[in-house]
Amino acid sequence: MTTQPTATEKNPLLQARNLSFAYDQELVLKNISLNIKAGEFMAVIGPNGSGKSTLLKLLGGILEPEKHSIQLENCDILDFKKKALATMISWIPQETHLAFPFKVQDVVMMGRHPYLSPLTFESENDYEIVARAMELTETRQFAERNFNEISGGEKQRVLIASAIAQDPRVMLLDEPTSALDIKYQVDILSILKRLNKDKGTTLVLAMHDLHLASKFCHRLALLKEGKLVCEGTPREVLTKDILESVYGIKVKLFFNDQDGSVLVSPELL
Amino acid sequence: MSTFIPPSMNSKNYFGIILLFSILFLITLAVAPLIGPTRIDLFKALSSDVSFADNVDANILFLARLPRIFLGAVTGASLAVAGAVFQALLRNDLAAPFTLGVSSGAALGAVIAISLNLDFIFLGFSTIPLAAFLGAAGAMFLVFSLVRTRHGDFPTTVLLLAGVTANFFFASMVMFIHYMSDFTQSFQIVRWLMGGLDITDYKTVGSILPMVVIGVGGLMYIARDLNLISAGADSALSRGVDVARTQKAGFILASLVTGSVVAISGPIGFVGLIVPHIVRLMVGPDLRLLIPTSMLFGASFLILCDSLGRTIIAPAEIPVGIITAMIGGPFFVWLLKRQR
Repeated sequence: MTTQPTATEKNPLLQARNLSFAYDQELVLKNISLNIKAGEFMAVIGPNGSGKSTLLKLLGGILEPEKHSIQLENCDILDFKKKALATMISWIPQETHLAFPFKVQDVVMMGRHPYLSPLTFESENDYEIVARAMELTETRQFAERNFNEISGGEKQRVLIASAIAQDPRVMLLDEPTSALDIKYQVDILSILKRLNKDKGTTLVLAMHDLHLASKFCHRLALLKEGKLVCEGTPREVLTKDILESVYGIKVKLFFNDQDGSVLVSPELL
Repeated sequence: MSTFIPPSMNSKNYFGIILLFSILFLITLAVAPLIGPTRIDLFKALSSDVSFADNVDANILFLARLPRIFLGAVTGASLAVAGAVFQALLRNDLAAPFTLGVSSGAALGAVIAISLNLDFIFLGFSTIPLAAFLGAAGAMFLVFSLVRTRHGDFPTTVLLLAGVTANFFFASMVMFIHYMSDFTQSFQIVRWLMGGLDITDYKTVGSILPMVVIGVGGLMYIARDLNLISAGADSALSRGVDVARTQKAGFILASLVTGSVVAISGPIGFVGLIVPHIVRLMVGPDLRLLIPTSMLFGASFLILCDSLGRTIIAPAEIPVGIITAMIGGPFFVWLLKRQR
């Protein structure tokens, strides 16, 4: 493994190679090959049930892939120790409700787990990292509150703070904006954009909102029924032909040349 | 501006809280021996003017009450810790040794050992607690694999149904063995099944102590991992917890402490449900703190319940299992209503 930028330019940081996955008998991902380069901001899009969440869980080591089908820095993801992997990749679920009344601050501190050994207290350094992560996400004002009692958008920011405290190279987020209003959506995506720009964190998001995906992400990967339909820049993926065949509806596209985004508007019959 | 935030847990307030709970426990330990149907005089009991055999006060204190109080402490502490851990592992605050059927699994193990006359010492451990541990672990794995959904959740309704089913099943097995056993064994089984702390001695308490210490110590070692699992299995995985291994270790260790005490005290219900709840309201859900404080509070709680049982209809006694069930039943209903 090398840390020279030229090497990471050439080789993808995270790579799926002919990745297939089945829950019980039902095949949900079919032969997906995808390269994610260091520093990329990517969205995985596609209809409900197309396998976006499953793909993210596999990339994050939550679900166990077949041997050699996922590579992290050219090593099989299965060869990483659990804690070592957690210092490289973090994964944030779509919805979180805790069974117990943990404080917001405790949840952010959970991100430090891969760096801590049993029977120890968190160090001042850990608290400092947690405080900074909460400042970046503007969650510090409710540090002492019960996690279950804050709003959905605040929860999502707290979970991002927890992932920042984990200090990974890749963050995987499962529909971080789906349940939020437009202000919160933009808040979340702006925080992520800043992380991507300032710290070079590689981001992979599962998303439904095609317009926001095209506005914020460098690259889109489009899934349908467990297969990768295509990948590329927003302009390459969000075309009338592709969208109409994947989603099965008529659409009209509006292009914003200032930021390169694509507004997808369904045509009603 | 400093970026420092007040830590929710550092060594100073951590040990401060544990000290407070220790003081509560020590007070209980000091007061409880003096409570009972017969008044004892502490000065007389401790005086060396009379020989021990003739000293009635000393006999009651050292041979009847103290061993019973120690057993109450170990039993209460163990069931409370097991309850706290089961609740975290299953992410459900209605989980406890009793409601999950783990206690009755332990009871079945113990009854099998009693009916086969297996009461001897094996590698320094007595066999009845070991059999109870195997029963507890078996019940736990049964309930766990029955209840877990494909997404790794443990829905309350299924959890409770599985617990009730396991309870009925193990109880019927116990009844069957009881029915088939001879008179002496039958008497021994009945005595034991009533759940009580009254007949014991220092040796009996000492015989289960190693298993309880190993169990609680092991659980403290994985306490932070258990915290993360209690916040969600998938999130725990992404934060570097070996979830499958921690779950296995947690269930085995919690079954070990449950089995050990059930083997001696019989199935005493609801301690593992009530105590972690009350303590969580006081210290929060972090198991690094919740385990030791539940242990101390559970010990005090069961000693107090037993003292109550010794005195309210004195000179007759109510088994402590009846007292905890009378408190625990309504408490359980309250929890169930709150969860809805």
